[in-house]
Amino acid sequence: MKKLLPYFTLCFALLLSSFIARPTTDGYKVGDKATDFKLKNIDGKMVSLADNKAAKGYIVVFTCNTCPFAKAYESRIVDLNTKYASKGYPVVAINPNDPAVSPGDSYTDMQKKKYAFPYLVDESQQVAKTYGATRTPHLYVLTRQGNDFVVSYIGAIDDNSEDATLVKTKYVENAMTEILAGKPAITNSTKAIGCTIKWKRA
Amino acid sequence: MHPSKLFLLSVSLFFSIPAFAQQVAVIRFPELQKRLAQPTDTTYVVNFWATWCAPCVKELPYFEQLRAANANKKVKVLLVSMDYASQVDKKVNPFVKQRGLKSEVLLLNEPDPNSWMDKFDAKWSGALPFTLIVNNKTKQRTTFEQELSQAELTAALQKFPQ
Repeated sequence: MKKLLPYFTLCFALLLSSFIARPTTDGYKVGDKATDFKLKNIDGKMVSLADNKAAKGYIVVFTCNTCPFAKAYESRIVDLNTKYASKGYPVVAINPNDPAVSPGDSYTDMQKKKYAFPYLVDESQQVAKTYGATRTPHLYVLTRQGNDFVVSYIGAIDDNSEDATLVKTKYVENAMTEILAGKPAITNSTKAIGCTIKWKRA
Repeated sequence: MHPSKLFLLSVSLFFSIPAFAQQVAVIRFPELQKRLAQPTDTTYVVNFWATWCAPCVKELPYFEQLRAANANKKVKVLLVSMDYASQVDKKVNPFVKQRGLKSEVLLLNEPDPNSWMDKFDAKWSGALPFTLIVNNKTKQRTTFEQELSQAELTAALQKFPQ
């Protein structure tokens, strides 16, 4: 029996670790219809994609207060809104991090941000899971088709997170140029290094 | 040995570790690819991490323990830092020294993941930490785009030849 103890300990540890909540679906791919959500903005109001009737689409970005990559991209996300909101594609930022795991991402900390676009809290983390977001920042361009929003681009903002002046390819801007011309984005899926979303521990 | 002496010994051992600190080599992707493509029977445990990534830092001791526990076996632990190359002297080397990391640490200097990540693993979306366990002789390959517990890491390695 004594010999079995380490084995039981291992089993117990494995059992415990399997309770850590992780996304079960693969999330959206380009061409998928995005389901609408209703999330609380930092001003206390609820925001849905359907609210803005004038929007031709959205630049949805999962981001946060704490991740060094999210911080490095913060001003570039602000610039995306400045450039594309007037063209019908405003930014909607969503913070999916569990503040219990990432204390700097509490609602109060989020409220310190002053953006010209919504900064929503995904408290249940369900929206991040549905989209298949894995990291911050993780960006999705949605385009309106009737009353639906279709995923048109997923991935990175550009090819250099450290230094915006060294960027050679602006992935989102290239995709937006094509989308605004009514064409599908040629490069519609890119990758970026980022902080893993701080999922809730059950 | 008296407990207090043991304590002093462990303290002195702890502070003696930094004397053997390694210098982190900065590499590009083809170098890493070449290294992992060798026809060897050694099982490679490759962990992608960064000094700024809290879950990565948390699981690093598990990789260190795995290396120590398999020191006489055909197991090689590689810790690949995804910190910016500009931070190697300011952040990465001091971190490696302070933690006394004994596993080989490399820094992958590739600013654009789209130039190499798909060639490395098409399923990896870019979140850290990311762990690969690979054995080229038996053609086994497992990846984890998540933080691992010590039990999960040990269990994953047990499926590979050692």
